[in-house]
Amino acid sequence: MNATTYNFAYLDEQTKRMIRRAILKAIAIPGYQVPFASREMPMPYGWGTGGVQVTASILGPDDVLKVIDQGSDDTTNAISIRKFFAKTAGVATTTSTEEASVIQTRHRIPEAPLHAGQVLVYQVPIPEPLRFLEPRETETRRMHALGEYGLMHVKLYEDIARFGHIATSYAYPVKVNARYVMDPSPTPKFDNPKMDNCAALQLFGAGREKRIYAIPPHTTVVSLDFEDHPFSRYRFDAPCALCGADDSYLDEIVTDDRGSRMYVCSDTDYCEGRQAAGHHGTESAAPHKERAHG
Amino acid sequence: MAEHLIENDEPLLVAEGLARNYGRLAACRDISFALYPGEVLAIVGESGSGKSTLLQLLSAQLGPSAGRVSYRMRDGVLRDLASLGEAERRFVFRTDWGFVHQDPAQGLRMSVSAGANVGERLMAVGWNHYGRIRQAASSWLERVEIEVSRIDDAPRTYSGGMRQRLQIARNLVTEPRLIFMDEPTGGLDVSVQARLLDLMRNLVSELGLAVVIVTHDLAVARLLSHRVMVMKGGQVIETGLTDQVLDDPREPYTQLLVSSILPP
Repeated sequence: MNATTYNFAYLDEQTKRMIRRAILKAIAIPGYQVPFASREMPMPYGWGTGGVQVTASILGPDDVLKVIDQGSDDTTNAISIRKFFAKTAGVATTTSTEEASVIQTRHRIPEAPLHAGQVLVYQVPIPEPLRFLEPRETETRRMHALGEYGLMHVKLYEDIARFGHIATSYAYPVKVNARYVMDPSPTPKFDNPKMDNCAALQLFGAGREKRIYAIPPHTTVVSLDFEDHPFSRYRFDAPCALCGADDSYLDEIVTDDRGSRMYVCSDTDYCEGRQAAGHHGTESAAPHKERAHG
Repeated sequence: MAEHLIENDEPLLVAEGLARNYGRLAACRDISFALYPGEVLAIVGESGSGKSTLLQLLSAQLGPSAGRVSYRMRDGVLRDLASLGEAERRFVFRTDWGFVHQDPAQGLRMSVSAGANVGERLMAVGWNHYGRIRQAASSWLERVEIEVSRIDDAPRTYSGGMRQRLQIARNLVTEPRLIFMDEPTGGLDVSVQARLLDLMRNLVSELGLAVVIVTHDLAVARLLSHRVMVMKGGQVIETGLTDQVLDDPREPYTQLLVSSILPP
């Protein structure tokens, strides 16, 4: 172990100050994308370089870190980022949503309600919700500045015209604090209502695009929709095969090459918690003692 | 009726001493005129005569080097376009004005459906009901003679004439009072041109639109416009009623322009 050769949490103090300034500005203007001087991180773009920089800047020695990837604590991305901070900052890590003070996430918001004092850090690939309709950055910035968001509804209109309903199922655009339209990163739209009036602070970091934005605690977050096609959550119509939960977001797992599949909670911590509390699903075996943790 | 006439006594758009330089090149010099509600003004001239620059100045896409453009807002007050804030200017552009480009790809979103193209302006002013937006879009497609069954097709699957008609529908959906057109029939074959001109003439008189149309095609000017301005070298060299200018041109350049058309 040569952790002493790194500064606390990898980034140097000047960089952290710069990122903290961007974060403070982002909190002051909910939903507004603040440019920042994103650094190269020892990982490729697309693996959470933005989220890692935000986490590195807000982490203190007393923090307890949880990292999830698609809801799961035990995928490669989640494990390596957790180890990265365990090594460079020496902070405690956990898989429990309840115990964590900082949660870095890719593509999910935990099922368990977040509480005051927690910070949720999102990894964001493309921060600009208007990007695929308007390729010019100068123009999208102007549209944000003037609050011209008709274009966002064009996208939803297209969905209905093609599929009969709003088929956007992730990165579903939201309006924050009745002002800025924001891309909630590629979280499923199932998670959108959790962002509204959330007790925890939500920070979004996009490393390649060099943008940070935020939702302060207890801010209104409204999913865009039409009067006659209101926003609706989407969830597979099945209980979790392991814990029997019928209120959680599910992953579909193909189990053979003849079309069989099972549905399990994408939030592993939530699923394990329910199983430990004695809930069962159709596929649950004897107690899962062999599960490994990172 | 009397009220209507009084209203028409006040100009909709006023240009005063308008000029624009590109470095040492004067693209437009000292242009002044007034456009009245329901009036169609054609700006004709050869390439490089400053027609398109003038159109951009009038539609506030370009700031003038000298002079000013004023527009009568819906509340009846004549306001200098330069004094409008950017948000206000863009709002006027999206609601009270229309701009028909020569190349439909500039004025349309080629990869989203025709219905969304027409509905975009409505959504931009806060329409939030899919059914009603779609209804408005299909009724406009009908008016510009596009089959309603093609409402979900993207304009890149449309022919040139259809694209141009779609562009017109997209601009007219918010019931603007003033339309700018930059060579709207350019690049279309003759029969398609004729159909488009016919459609435009009907819409203009039906809706009482004021139009500024830039064209190098004198036949278009004759068919659509009430008044003509002839430009050369950035200046207006002749202006008057369309028939008067085209049948009895005063300036040598205008005579040349008119005589260069093959007799029918």
